[in-house]
Amino acid sequence: MISVVVLIVLLPFVAAVAGLLGSRWPRGGSRTKENDRAAARRAAWFAIAPVTGSLLLTLWLASWSARALPRGSASYTGARFWAGLLPGSTEGTLTMVETGSVPISFTLRADGLSILIGVLVVVVALAVQVYSVGYMRDDPRHPSYSAFISLFTSAMLLVVYAGDLIVLYAGWEIMGLCSYLLIGHWWEDRANSRAAVKAFLVTRLGDVGFLFGIFTLGFAAGSFRIDDVLSADIPRGTLITATMLLLAGVAGKSAQVPLQTWLPDAMAGPTPISALIHAATMVAAGIFIVARLYPAFLGAQPTLDVLAVVAAIGMLGAALAALAQDDLKRVLAYSTISQLAYMAAGLAAGSDKAAIFHLLTHGAFKALLFLGAGAVIHHVGSNLMTHMGGLRTSIPITFAAMTVGFAALMGLPPASGFFSKDAVIAAIEHSHSPAQPFLYGAALLTVGVTGAYAMRAWLRTFFGPARVEALPEPPPGTAHVFDGREAPRSMLWPIGVLAVPALLLGFAGVTEVDWGSALVSLIVALLGAGVVYAFWRGAPHQDPARMLGPFRTACERAFYVDEAYRAVFARPVLRLARGVVRTDGQVVDGAVRGAGRLTMSLSGFVRLAQNGNAQLYVTGLLAGLLLITVAAVVLG
Amino acid sequence: MHIVYPVVVSALLFSIGVYGVLARRNAILVLMSVELMLNAVNLNLVAFDVWLRDRLHGGQVLTLFVIVIAAAEIGLGLAIVLAVYRNRQSIDVDRLRDLSETGASEEAGPPEEPVGVGEDADREARP
Amino acid sequence: MTFEAPGFWPPSGPEVVFLLLGVVAVGSALLVVTTRQLVHAALWLVLCFGALAGGYLVLTAEFVAWVQVLIYVGAIVVLLLFGIMLTRAPIGRSADLDSGNRWAAVLVALATAGVLVSVVVAGFGTAYAPLEPGQGAAKPLGSSIFRTWVLPFEALSVLLLAALIGAIVLSRTDIRGRE
Repeated sequence: MISVVVLIVLLPFVAAVAGLLGSRWPRGGSRTKENDRAAARRAAWFAIAPVTGSLLLTLWLASWSARALPRGSASYTGARFWAGLLPGSTEGTLTMVETGSVPISFTLRADGLSILIGVLVVVVALAVQVYSVGYMRDDPRHPSYSAFISLFTSAMLLVVYAGDLIVLYAGWEIMGLCSYLLIGHWWEDRANSRAAVKAFLVTRLGDVGFLFGIFTLGFAAGSFRIDDVLSADIPRGTLITATMLLLAGVAGKSAQVPLQTWLPDAMAGPTPISALIHAATMVAAGIFIVARLYPAFLGAQPTLDVLAVVAAIGMLGAALAALAQDDLKRVLAYSTISQLAYMAAGLAAGSDKAAIFHLLTHGAFKALLFLGAGAVIHHVGSNLMTHMGGLRTSIPITFAAMTVGFAALMGLPPASGFFSKDAVIAAIEHSHSPAQPFLYGAALLTVGVTGAYAMRAWLRTFFGPARVEALPEPPPGTAHVFDGREAPRSMLWPIGVLAVPALLLGFAGVTEVDWGSALVSLIVALLGAGVVYAFWRGAPHQDPARMLGPFRTACERAFYVDEAYRAVFARPVLRLARGVVRTDGQVVDGAVRGAGRLTMSLSGFVRLAQNGNAQLYVTGLLAGLLLITVAAVVLG
Repeated sequence: MHIVYPVVVSALLFSIGVYGVLARRNAILVLMSVELMLNAVNLNLVAFDVWLRDRLHGGQVLTLFVIVIAAAEIGLGLAIVLAVYRNRQSIDVDRLRDLSETGASEEAGPPEEPVGVGEDADREARP
Repeated sequence: MTFEAPGFWPPSGPEVVFLLLGVVAVGSALLVVTTRQLVHAALWLVLCFGALAGGYLVLTAEFVAWVQVLIYVGAIVVLLLFGIMLTRAPIGRSADLDSGNRWAAVLVALATAGVLVSVVVAGFGTAYAPLEPGQGAAKPLGSSIFRTWVLPFEALSVLLLAALIGAIVLSRTDIRGRE
């Protein structure tokens, strides 16, 4: 059974290698239009076929797991929430790496949690690959783009199926690399490569903590295997330290406060990338890690409290920021931060089930929203909602799908978001954490603000007067062309397919709905949406964000966090770097150059003796001879 | 005869010769000083020959040889001096500075006496 | 050497003569290296060599003394005078016969004198040799040269030949070096 898991992980990796090496072979270098087309077509096959294979294998694995009887092999799985749904689990160690102290075991495992997330990953990855064929048509770098997506898929699957923390970390880092490469896909624009570097550096900052958290856990437990780590008896202090460190990595990867600033900028990448990496899967990896190591986190209550505070700040702040953005993708990016904070809040409140449930539904509807936004952008030729409006008639399929997505985002029944969000809020309501009142208030407020910004984006994109106009020639690095028609079929199919789970996935949790809290949150969401609708109704031409009043600019700039970071970290570091350069140039190099100059000038003195006068030479010779004689007599 | 008398005289003569070689500018005067030093050695040889009562008269014979060599040396030396004079119109030994590094003037200041031969050398170095 | 060495005072007659000749030789040598006139230097050199020849006579080295007179005074000084003439040296005083190296030279020469004199005084202060006339006459010296030292003598003649050819090559202007 483990070989199936290995195949699932390896197929996208093979796709990545083949896509990178084989797309242009053998007609390689010449960049004619025909060659680019052929390479893109072949790259598309390379990308789609293996992911399809992975999807089929994953589905088969899921069905096997659902039918299997619970086994006691993995002790901690017994009490976990997925035991009822997918009881089967398998684990296999391919090889052991002796390191001298704690060995690294190359272990893969598949259990309910990993299969659930694995299904999400491959489904969204497949949708994105198909979508990209249409979206990235005529992009000469499509082969490398799709290969990086395949590599990313493989890495994410490695994280999901990892049975060892070091293996997990390897996948984790490859994901970061792919994220960097794909954000900077249109690197011709300086801002894009800056955004890629920013994303890379900020997540790297968190990853340092993450790595040390892994080390702490591994050395405390004497093994990096997740099973061993979770069943080991680790002192509470060590556990708190380790989970706090892990939390840094989680905050970096899942774009939580205070490391959230990279995600909005990451929207510089192509829209399908935003859908796959920066909405549905990679950013959810942080949540997944916490869920994976949840017993360890449960043993460290202070960490969960910190997580609760972080989540509360993140969800409300990001939602408010989303309310004021004009860029459709940035709205969705801030919404992603906010929704991830929901999941974190669910975890902090003690319900990993609710968090994972929301992760799944969010993955579906946010990928749907991003792909839909991509279609809109493809249609309009601009990211800004100011340039959109009245699109519901011209692109009806996208409109329908995105309506489902926004409904799920707002938490309106029967869309999936309603059920999962209700599960999270119910979990927060019933938790006993000291941060509970704060967290609950923030969550309810966020529900209202979410309703408001989703409503605003929906209205401004699809209703009101049409503002579509032929824009000037698109800047380099954007694939948009205005053609006034619905997006190509390769883009519509993934949107349609994703709309199904976005709409229906919630019914998996229909039996556990807490109708009381669901009603409250529904009313709050409708309240927020209603306010926006009222404002919009008054003046359809204007941005409903004006209701924020003087607060609007602060929201649009995401509460000046970027500026603050620049002032507090970036500038001093730059100044320090400049100081170091100057020190190096003037003190260190100066010492070296000064040594040289000193030697030269001293040699000038010595040179005075070498003036070509033979008499002087003989004088020196004789004087030396005498000195030696006298010295030999005196000393001898 | 106390041997110390001729030996001291020869030592003083030798020192005077050293002074002449080091201090005189004219090459012929330098050659004369060399002759003084050779004569000091000769006196030494004779004195020790007398003191040691050498039956083979090694000291005195060697003195004769030295005189012969001195004659040869003065001949060659004068030939060289004349050749130098022919080429440079000067036989001042402290102005024959072809041994010095050309271009040293940038770092170590100008040469002490950049006249005559020195200028010739500079002109050769910078065509 | 095995004799009972007499004291330094009173000096014997030959010693007095030798000391006077030595003073003359050293004094004229000093004038050679300090005079401001080139030709005078050559003439002072003659006096110095003559005094030395006298010293050789006192030391019973008659043959060496005559060779000294013949070769040094007769040949070498004449050669030097020719050299002075051929280099168009000014007759009379010339101001710049001493180089800038002079004070260093004084220092080194004084140090040399100090070292040498102290060494020979320390080493041979008590050495004494009675003088026996005839030791350095032509006959014993000649037989010694042509018996014992005949090989160096012949070698020396080759050296003289070489010096002769060398002097010719050096002084002739129509012989060019190999291009």
